[in-house]
Amino acid sequence: MLELAIGIILGGCALGAGAAMIAGIGPGIGEGNAVAKACEAIGRQPECKGDVTTTMLMGCAVAETTGLYALVIAILLIFVAPGRFVDILLNAIK
Amino acid sequence: MALDILYLCLCFCGLIFAIVLKVLFTPQSSDIDISGALVFFTIKLPFSDLPVSETQINSLVVIWSIFWLCRYLTHGISVHAKLKRQIVAEWIVEKTQNLVKSNMGDYFKSFAPFIAAIMGLSAFSSLLTLIGLYPPTSDINTTGGWAILVFFLITYYKFKCGPIHYLKSFGDPVPFLAPLNVISEFATPVSMAFRHYGNVLSGSVISVLVAVALRGLSGLIFGKLPGFLGDFPFLQIGIPAILSVYFDIFSGLLQAFIFAMLTMLYVAGGFPAEDYAARKAKRAARKSAAKHNS
Repeated sequence: MLELAIGIILGGCALGAGAAMIAGIGPGIGEGNAVAKACEAIGRQPECKGDVTTTMLMGCAVAETTGLYALVIAILLIFVAPGRFVDILLNAIK
Repeated sequence: MALDILYLCLCFCGLIFAIVLKVLFTPQSSDIDISGALVFFTIKLPFSDLPVSETQINSLVVIWSIFWLCRYLTHGISVHAKLKRQIVAEWIVEKTQNLVKSNMGDYFKSFAPFIAAIMGLSAFSSLLTLIGLYPPTSDINTTGGWAILVFFLITYYKFKCGPIHYLKSFGDPVPFLAPLNVISEFATPVSMAFRHYGNVLSGSVISVLVAVALRGLSGLIFGKLPGFLGDFPFLQIGIPAILSVYFDIFSGLLQAFIFAMLTMLYVAGGFPAEDYAARKAKRAARKSAAKHNS
């Protein structure tokens, strides 16, 4: 019975991590758009390449934040959460 | 000349100290290790224990190294630059001052040392992975501390026009949006901390996973070779370094730049420059009028 409970915990954590990473879609699309527009801008005005690149990197990093939240949650779910949850379960049984 | 060598030695001996501590305290295991910072020892305090971990030691090592590096770059400088290191130091100072001036305006000119310090600390912390040390920035406590510092700076400059003006700024477009404004006020440091921490942590986690996968793959391919050759992970030589160029160098430096950039933008953006100028002009007018009357 205990094995089943621990198995459910591990499976739930893995599924949750996978589901959390769906959030990677958004930043991917957003950053792709940003880079595409930056390329267009550089093509139109090659002389302001430096400014455009700096601003684009800045915007990309800001847009990446939501993806990184998901990544942090996924990493926590895989590497930290199972141990914590199993500890909680064992304490509850005691 | 002797001072040069002394300063550089002091700069590197911090790093060597950190490496020695890491080697002494790392438990022997061949598993993947994504357990966070090692705890060296715990200080017993009356209310709660204070664990002294790799994060704190490595941050102090970075601070120590940057301090002696700056001493090395700037000692014995003269009006007419003769030394190469003086030119490097002047280049750094000039670039930061230009960056701060173009992003924050003339009022915040004095922010240049702070911005340079936060950028250098963040960049060198992330670059510690190159010599195999734990980067302090992949711990939420470090970046969280910096973000709280930035939050206090933002609030301080918002308070420049007095508490009434500060409270009024929450009901900005329409008063009933005030709760959302309060939330967004606190979301700023949280997002800054998590952005930096998430980037550095994800880089190290992905590097470790790729290294482990390459070990498995080379065991699969070269496992049939006799003796010592069969156990040796050939694929782990050099290939993880390609990822390291992106995750450790590019991403670390970019995050340092972005943290400094966002600090500048938030501090300068929160400061009500026009209202402050109007208030100052009003005060000056009142003062001169009072003087005139007496």
